[in-house]
Amino acid sequence: MSRKLHGMGDSAGPAIRVNNLRKQFGDFEAVKGVSFEVGAAEVFGFLGPNGAGKSTTINMLCTLLRPTSGEAQVAGHDVVKERDDVRRNIGLVFQDPTLDGYLTAEQNLKLHAELYGVPRELVAPRMEQVLRMVGLLDRKDGQVMMFSGGMRRRLEIARGLMHSPRVLFLDEPTIGLDPQTRRSIWSYIRQLQEREEITIFMTTHYMDEAEWCDRIAIMDKGEIVALDTPQTLKAGVGADRVTIQTDDNDAAIAAIQARFGIEARVSEGAVAFGVQGGEQFVPRLFAELDVPILGVSVTRPTLDDVFMSFTGSTIRDAEEDPSKLRNRVMMQMMGGGARR
Amino acid sequence: MTAVTEPPIEEIEVVRVHVPRRTFASELRAIKIVWRRELIRFKNDRMRIVTALVQPFLFLFVLGGGLQRLASAGTHGVDLKTFIYPGILCMTVMFTAMFSAASIVWDREFGFLREMMVAPVRRSSIVIGKCLGGATVASFQGVIVLAIAGLVHVPYDLGLILGVLGLQLLLAFAITAFGLSVAIRIKQMQSFMGVMQMIVMPMYFISGALFPSSGLPTWLTVLNRLDPMAYAVDPMRRLVFGKLNISAAARHVLDPGITWWGWRMPAVLEATVVLLLGLVLLGVAIWEFSSTE
Repeated sequence: MSRKLHGMGDSAGPAIRVNNLRKQFGDFEAVKGVSFEVGAAEVFGFLGPNGAGKSTTINMLCTLLRPTSGEAQVAGHDVVKERDDVRRNIGLVFQDPTLDGYLTAEQNLKLHAELYGVPRELVAPRMEQVLRMVGLLDRKDGQVMMFSGGMRRRLEIARGLMHSPRVLFLDEPTIGLDPQTRRSIWSYIRQLQEREEITIFMTTHYMDEAEWCDRIAIMDKGEIVALDTPQTLKAGVGADRVTIQTDDNDAAIAAIQARFGIEARVSEGAVAFGVQGGEQFVPRLFAELDVPILGVSVTRPTLDDVFMSFTGSTIRDAEEDPSKLRNRVMMQMMGGGARR
Repeated sequence: MTAVTEPPIEEIEVVRVHVPRRTFASELRAIKIVWRRELIRFKNDRMRIVTALVQPFLFLFVLGGGLQRLASAGTHGVDLKTFIYPGILCMTVMFTAMFSAASIVWDREFGFLREMMVAPVRRSSIVIGKCLGGATVASFQGVIVLAIAGLVHVPYDLGLILGVLGLQLLLAFAITAFGLSVAIRIKQMQSFMGVMQMIVMPMYFISGALFPSSGLPTWLTVLNRLDPMAYAVDPMRRLVFGKLNISAAARHVLDPGITWWGWRMPAVLEATVVLLLGLVLLGVAIWEFSSTE
């Protein structure tokens, strides 16, 4: 947040400005009129379960998908009317790999530089720099086919940075990676952001990763339900989260409602609710609840709780079942809309 | 690899680049790099270089050698292998060009196509680069077959070699353009291969690559004259036969040329047909590519 001062390039001001952006696929409204701004040199996270409309939004901002209505400017250029100008100023790292496995790391970067028209004399130094940043300089001659998932992802990030974009879009940059690699990718991203002073716009459905962002927007069912810094959002929830295991969840929920006036929900097979001063509350719970308790845990508010407080479910519960999601993706692909 | 001692990231001077607006020169650069990628990939894939030669060699030596005795009555003493050699020169180019075009289907399957689609360059630059790359690669392959001319009693003559190279490049270009116009619409490799079998093999057989295009049944004559590949095979044969030391009778039977109501088309016109067709197909491919995704 504190780095908002770096106004860069041809237009200072917000890196991304979105106004009432909508996208409709047939009968299905994937994005229901979202509006937000992302400042220059900010790390902005888009959170939500699969199918919440995150990727659709990012695709519209990247000029890959034409909005049904509303408008968006990226790096000061309109995503519909000035597509090429937007493309020159953004870097993209997709969910699915888009490297050429038959080429070496260096060849992949070179190809990108040539496609984007990076001035010839800068190609080599820039290439060396981005490779060094992601720790792949000593692997530059290795065929990408032989790279691990984490290495490929780092290379994709390096490639996205080759042409010094003002905004780097990362769509689920850590999906499918192990926790350790995810952490290292994130520390790379933060370092890059500081070195390059660029805006990073990323989506994730890992709540813990949102902690790395300056600000986050929580998206659910095509709408932004919350937008602020992670700290503020967590503070807003206030309550600690208490989870208890019982034999009879329904009875426990009813009893908690009757005894304490607290609304509890079943989440992942256990009864969960928010309460101020959770640790002090637990003894009362045991003393006054007539439903036997098999186990209990108290946690400080996390972004999961933030998510829950805004959407009424945990992010994992909100994930649609995979087959439904797949159908929708197929529908999106076939329904076109993406005439670009 | 030598171990690189990484300096702390803070010490690196940031090399900031600026992407200029696209110009004609930047489009040429894009075409060149797409073209070069095809060459790099071809060079790395030795297996493909070998496998693409299997079929032409089978036709040339097994079919040509096997049918030699049966055919000897009609060839006026010319080796059957020599007769079908121009057809084989075309065949090699054809298969390789088709495989090159197929690479766009691979690129889509492995996601790389997306990297090219989002670049701030014209779609036409990508298609043109692909097409030129495919044509170049196919011509390389053609050169290998050209190198064995001596085995089938065809002399190594500079004019012949240059002519064959030119025709191969032309045919490879047209076939790659055709392959691309098909491949852009297809999402899966299997379907592409199926479609190719269905279109390319009949086109090859009908073209007269393996038989003289005169005195055929009427239906076959009609199809032959309509087959674009016939206009690449015929000048190739004329070129090769022009350098052979054979009787006029043999030449008359084996190299009758493509005739329209008795008028024999000049080789230049035939080559022009192939070139125009290639350009039209390239246009179709560009149009298709620009209007998808």
